[in-house]
Amino acid sequence: MTLGLINANPIVHAKKERVARCEDSHCCDAVDPLDIYDFVRDIRDPEHPYSLEQLSVLSEESISVDDKLGRILITFTPTIQHCSMATVIGLCLRVKLQECFPPHYKVDIKVSPGSHADEEAVNKQLNDKERIAAALENPNLRQLVDECLYSNEL
Amino acid sequence: MDFDDEGSNFELKEIQTLSGHTDRVWSLAWNPATGTDDAQPVIASCSGDKTVRIWERSALTRSWDCKAVLEETHTRTVRSCTWSPSGKLLATASFDATTAIWENVGGDFQCVSTLEGHENEVKSVSWNASESLLATCSRDKTVWIWEVMPGNEFECASVLQGHTQDVKMIKWHPTMDILFSCSYDNTIKVWAEDDTGDWHCIQTIGESSNGHSSTVWAISFNAGGDKMVTCSDDLTLKVWEADIEGMRSGNNQVLWKHLSTLSGYHDRTIFSVHWSREGIIASGAADDAIRFFVESKDSVVDGPSYRLLLKKEKAHDMDVNVVQWSPGQENRVMASASDDGTIKIWELATSSN
Repeated sequence: MTLGLINANPIVHAKKERVARCEDSHCCDAVDPLDIYDFVRDIRDPEHPYSLEQLSVLSEESISVDDKLGRILITFTPTIQHCSMATVIGLCLRVKLQECFPPHYKVDIKVSPGSHADEEAVNKQLNDKERIAAALENPNLRQLVDECLYSNEL
Repeated sequence: MDFDDEGSNFELKEIQTLSGHTDRVWSLAWNPATGTDDAQPVIASCSGDKTVRIWERSALTRSWDCKAVLEETHTRTVRSCTWSPSGKLLATASFDATTAIWENVGGDFQCVSTLEGHENEVKSVSWNASESLLATCSRDKTVWIWEVMPGNEFECASVLQGHTQDVKMIKWHPTMDILFSCSYDNTIKVWAEDDTGDWHCIQTIGESSNGHSSTVWAISFNAGGDKMVTCSDDLTLKVWEADIEGMRSGNNQVLWKHLSTLSGYHDRTIFSVHWSREGIIASGAADDAIRFFVESKDSVVDGPSYRLLLKKEKAHDMDVNVVQWSPGQENRVMASASDDGTIKIWELATSSN
C-alpha cells in the first residue's frame, strides 16, 4: 500500500436524504437502479473515512439497468484523474453487488467518461472477469475490499 | 459434411448436468484416450473451488459420475486442465503460480510433479502432439516451454517474452511443434524453434493485420491444422489460415493470414471457441449462450465465409467459460462449463424434414 494518500484533500459532500424503500423490493423481477444505489452508496472510499456518495464518486445517476437484457451498468467518478484506487473501487462495487443481486444480471463497471487519465485501460481491467477473480484471491486486496464494505457496520 | 442441406434442423440436446464443484468451473478437458469401445469417456474439470474433478460415464447406466476429486494440491483457483495426448497424464494450471502434473496410478490420481517458475497466476497449459513438450502461460506476460524428461521430470527449456500483458491461453499446433499464444494485449503470437534450438516469436497478429481489438481469450485449430479460429472480448471470432505444406517443410517464414471475421453474433465477451473434427465451430460466451458456426458454401466472395448454424440461449444460468467437443467415437457430443458451477454434456442433433 502507498504511504502517502493519492488524494490528500478530497471534497466531501453532505449525504443525500434517504427515502424509505420497500424492504423486499429486490425480490421483484425488475431491478430498480435506486435500490442498487442504496446498496452501494455507503461503501467507504479506500483512502478516506467517507462514503463513495459523500465524495461524489457515486450518485443516483451512476446506475442504469436494462431489465430486458438483464444488465446493470455502474459508472463512477474517481476523485482525481490519476486515481490508482479506481480498480479497488471497482472490486468493492462488484463484491457488494454479488451479495445483493441475482447472479444472472450482468454487471459492467466503468469510470465516467473523461474522469480518468487511463480511462480505457482502467475500464478493461474493471471488467476482466479472470483478473477480478485473481485479485479477490489476493488476501491484502480482499482485506482492503472488506474494510471498504463492512467498516460501517463495526 | 455439408451443413447447407436445407432440410436439416439442428438442436442442442442436453444429455446430463454434472454438479459437484462449489465455485465456478473455468475449464474442462476430454481424455483423448477414452470414448472408444474399450474405454468409457472421461472428463477432467477445474474450478475456483481449487479442485479438479474427474468424471466418467458408466458403461452400464450411460450416466456420468464423479470418480475423483483432486484437492489439497493447488492453493488457489485451478484455471485450466489438459490431458497429455496419450491420456496418461493430466496437467493443471493454477492461480497459485504452479502447474501440477497428475498420473492415474491404479484408479488413484497422484500429483507426480509441480512446475514452478511463473511469477503469478498460470492461465493455461498445453502438450505438444508428441508429448515431448509442455507449454504454460501466465499473467506475468511470459510463456514457458518445458521438456518432458523420463520419470515425470520437467525441465524448463525456454522462457518466452514478448507479450506486453497477461497471456490468456497457449496452444500447440495439432501436428507441428509450433506454439500459439493469445493475450490481454489483444495479440496472437506464433513461436517456433530455430536450427540452434532457440525459440522465437515468428509472427505477431495484431490489430494492423486484421487482428482483434481487445483481449483474445482462446485459440482452436481445425482438423487439418491449416486454419485456426480465435475469440475475443471484442465480440468477434476470427478465422486464420496458413500454408500447411510450407510449414511442414520447416519454413518458419510461413505467416498466418486473416480469412474471416464473424461479427454481430455475440454481444458479450466470448471466452471459448472449439473447432470440431467435422468443421463445426462452437463458441461459449458471457451471455450464457453457446453458438455453432459452419463454413457457408453460398458465399460469392473469394474464399469461405461462415454462418451461424444454431444459437442455444440460456445454455447455462451464467457465463459459459468453456466449450469442448468430444474426441470420442460418438459424433457431435460436446461439453460446456460455466460460472454457475456446472458442466453440461450435449449432443448436437439433427431432425431432417
